[in-house]
Amino acid sequence: MGDAVEDIEIALLLEAIYQRYHYDFRHYARASIKRRVLQARTQLGFASVSAMQDRLLHDPATLPRLLNYLTVQVSEMFRDPSYFRALREKVIPHLKTYPSLKVWVAGCSNGEELYSLSILFREEGLDQRTLFYATDINPQALKAAEAGVYPLSEIRKFTENHQKAGARTSLSDYYTADYGRAVFDKSLRSQVVFSDHSLVTDAVFAEMHLISCRNVLIYFDRPLQDRALGLFRGSLARKGFLGLGSKESLRFSVHADGFSDYVLEEKIYQRRDA
Amino acid sequence: MRAAAIEAVVIGASAGAVQALLHILPGLPATMSVPILIVVHVPSDRSNALVTLYRDRCRLRVKEAEDKEVVADGTIYFAPSDYHLLVEAERSLALSSDEAVHHSRPAIDVLFETAADAYGPALAAIILTGANQDGADGLRAVAAAGGVAIVQDPATAQVPAMPAAALSACPTAHVMSIDDILSYLVGLAAR
Repeated sequence: MGDAVEDIEIALLLEAIYQRYHYDFRHYARASIKRRVLQARTQLGFASVSAMQDRLLHDPATLPRLLNYLTVQVSEMFRDPSYFRALREKVIPHLKTYPSLKVWVAGCSNGEELYSLSILFREEGLDQRTLFYATDINPQALKAAEAGVYPLSEIRKFTENHQKAGARTSLSDYYTADYGRAVFDKSLRSQVVFSDHSLVTDAVFAEMHLISCRNVLIYFDRPLQDRALGLFRGSLARKGFLGLGSKESLRFSVHADGFSDYVLEEKIYQRRDA
Repeated sequence: MRAAAIEAVVIGASAGAVQALLHILPGLPATMSVPILIVVHVPSDRSNALVTLYRDRCRLRVKEAEDKEVVADGTIYFAPSDYHLLVEAERSLALSSDEAVHHSRPAIDVLFETAADAYGPALAAIILTGANQDGADGLRAVAAAGGVAIVQDPATAQVPAMPAAALSACPTAHVMSIDDILSYLVGLAAR
């Protein structure tokens, strides 16, 4: 029910974004994308979603502003510390048997998860042999991830999470405080490739040993979740690992048989081959 | 109130929630088929303390809401901590880790506004005790969509700020004591 006209406008807007700019939000979970579109309409000062669509179609400069509403998600470093603890205790020992490693942070947003993994791999002595791929569809998010600058007010929470994740070092070893901002050490991204990649429209990425993609799939509808999970399956090396968000699951996916549970309570799965 | 039309109930509560819900949920009969979706502001760890607390005391099924789950009759759903709970138009549940609303995730506004979209006039929404403004905009959205808006009487709420804010945003809301709210819900089961 709700406002039927508004629902039509939103469907048309998503179609317009796809046809004009090839960003495909048409299979995003609708209730959430609707909230974001309406938030953008209000804050960008448009009288209606249709008015926003008109501007978007004729003025490409509108796109980045809208993308920030449609894609950027807030996160924190070492969010769900028990996930990182499970990586440290259960996955890393397995990864240590490889001479070189590839890790994909899919939907890296502003980079909090990327830096968390980079610190974890350094603490475990794997940083020199690991290449990280950090991807997102939003160029501004990728820039923010590459900058690695976060509000100093977040550091207390980040530090607490890091400790709970079984820290072997102090988080303060990795950043310098500067005018209310925490600037993370550039050595943490010396082995990182930042890249524009869409789970909706792009293809398999490379032979990964670990893919971490948390709180991205909940924004997709089921067919799109299946597409992304198929992409992950195809991008993993044999016995490679996949980490999802704490409320995400392979349970109902057509690709469920392509993975086995590795640390089920942390949603860490391992590629299974027949 | 035309209770016959109600197909879902949403409840929002903050400070004082546990006691208020203990007055309501265990009193609901096993015959109640209307699903109940609840957001309680809790600290953002991953515990399921609320589900555990109420599961043993209720005659209805009590569970944590899961992403993409179809809303089932006779079930009480709690939003998981640190995620927003939303209702999709086809009446399934969705979770998101969007930014906090009124410093809260889950936020009552997010549940109420999306449930109002999905259920329109077939929704009853209840704001209970609490210390902030969350739920006021959501309750207004429920009323605007033709749903039933109910606010716990601020004079009897353990913490009056949240029901008072809801009432000032949505002055047409029905003001009820906790016992009246229970009676109203039991009345839904009798249909």
